[in-house]
Amino acid sequence: MSILAPGWTALLYLVAAVCFILALKGLSSPRTARRGNAIGAAGAVVAVLTVFLSARLDNVPLILAAITVGTALAVPVARRVQMTQMPQLVALFNGVGGGAAALVAVLELGHGGDSWVRLAIAFTMLVGAVSFAGSAVTVGKLQELISTRPLLFPGMPAVMLLVLAGALTAGGVVVLTGSPGWAGGLLVLGLAAGLLLVLPVGGADVPIVISLLNAFTGLAVAASGIVLGNVLLLVAGTLVGASGTILTKVMASAMGRGVAGIMFGAFRGGSTAGSTTLSDRPVRSASAEDVAVQLGYAQRVVIVPGYGLAVAQGQHTVAELATALTARGVDVVFAIHPVAGRMPGHMNVLLAEANVPYELLRELDEVNPEFASTDVALVVGANDVVNPAAKSSPGSPIYGMPILEVVQAQQVVFLKRSMRPGFAGIENDLLHDPRTTLLFGDAKDSLSKVLGAVKIL
Amino acid sequence: MDTVTLLTVVVLAVFVGFEVVSKVTSKLHTPLMSGANAIHGIILVGAVIVAGQAVEPWLLAVALLAVVLATVNLVGGFVVTDRMLEMFGPRKAARAAASTDSAIDSATPAGTGPEGGERP
Repeated sequence: MSILAPGWTALLYLVAAVCFILALKGLSSPRTARRGNAIGAAGAVVAVLTVFLSARLDNVPLILAAITVGTALAVPVARRVQMTQMPQLVALFNGVGGGAAALVAVLELGHGGDSWVRLAIAFTMLVGAVSFAGSAVTVGKLQELISTRPLLFPGMPAVMLLVLAGALTAGGVVVLTGSPGWAGGLLVLGLAAGLLLVLPVGGADVPIVISLLNAFTGLAVAASGIVLGNVLLLVAGTLVGASGTILTKVMASAMGRGVAGIMFGAFRGGSTAGSTTLSDRPVRSASAEDVAVQLGYAQRVVIVPGYGLAVAQGQHTVAELATALTARGVDVVFAIHPVAGRMPGHMNVLLAEANVPYELLRELDEVNPEFASTDVALVVGANDVVNPAAKSSPGSPIYGMPILEVVQAQQVVFLKRSMRPGFAGIENDLLHDPRTTLLFGDAKDSLSKVLGAVKIL
Repeated sequence: MDTVTLLTVVVLAVFVGFEVVSKVTSKLHTPLMSGANAIHGIILVGAVIVAGQAVEPWLLAVALLAVVLATVNLVGGFVVTDRMLEMFGPRKAARAAASTDSAIDSATPAGTGPEGGERP
């Protein structure tokens, strides 16, 4: 059924493409972000309706059923997922998109075309498979199904090179002959390359990898646009590929890292600077009541929330604690590190969910000059983002990362589960500082106890 | 379409893609990544085309699998992005006031809040 003339189809695809551009533009500013996302969704609806009205399609009932199944799978998960687990879900959605692109390319192989088309097919298959397998590994790491530490085995770089050489060979044969057997081999090698690429990445860097794989999927979709002669896929995929690449760079520089260092740093041998001789130094631990007194009689408190707060689901309790302290006349603000949580901007989402007023959230550049006039810095489930080693010890793996300078506050209180170092696996000198107090325990439990104690002060 | 036209489209799209995200604040990195992620779910259009042309049953099965995966990417991506952005919404002031009230009644266990507010 072909209702629309080709001219109208092209026009409607243009409308959809413009919607996607406006969506990305809108998402770049807090005021317009939600509207931007809605515009993007509208563009997607226009595009899907257009394809049904313009192409000669068989199997329409089955296709509609498949779309219904996909929607029924995705919507409940997307609506119910805990905000702490959202990075995994984004990675999962990205992986299935890459997988879909690879499958589309496989199916188009049977439809002939010149060697340019077969080149685009080989590219889509390889990059889609890398994105699928790589995303699966990131989901595993974020869900802690597999170790968040870099996973390496002896000879891994050599295996990686062999896999890449094999993939290029298989891709070359596919371009020249269109052989289905080699295409299957290319898919398998692409999956292997995705695994090998992401396994060596350390947990703290996983969000950057998700963003990179997101850009990869965009490129695969763009190439599938060439395969199918569809301009919308080409434009949308290229947009995501380009914006994803920039976003990956921006995120990496917010962490003071280079993208290449994140992907291949583990091969160079990890630095363990900072982890020597520190562990047996004494720390000062305190009770919840002591902490409550410190906080309750302070003039100014800066709360530094980290991933530990998010896993403990303590964001609501910390919001209550802030309210209770404010009611006592204490000046309370939250200092948000750009990579607090598991993804850049993640902590803003979590605290917004817990109804922490936006005006209380301070970004790194705003809050750092204020620490010197702060009585107590309360660090909840964060470690690496306040570690002075990032400024003072050039050998440290986090050296160069911008940190929240809680070290300048009069007193520092850490709520920590244990003395275990943070995600980056390095010791924090600040824990042994005489002005530092530690309260051990699950972040939410500790916060509840402190909150209870503050209330009866 | 000829190669030069395709190349023109790609080059322009690359520049637009670079341009639109170059000034984003770190606060919005996660929603932006998630929104871009939803946009490449438009591979659904490609999956629908190949499924509509598939003749042999096993090819159709693979194509329908691609349709399901692409739909998950597209629909799930936009829904989860919207959920994230809902938190940044303009109801902020009202919600902040509500939280001050609920903090007084601190017997309410924290953590039950977000799911309760989640209605389709």
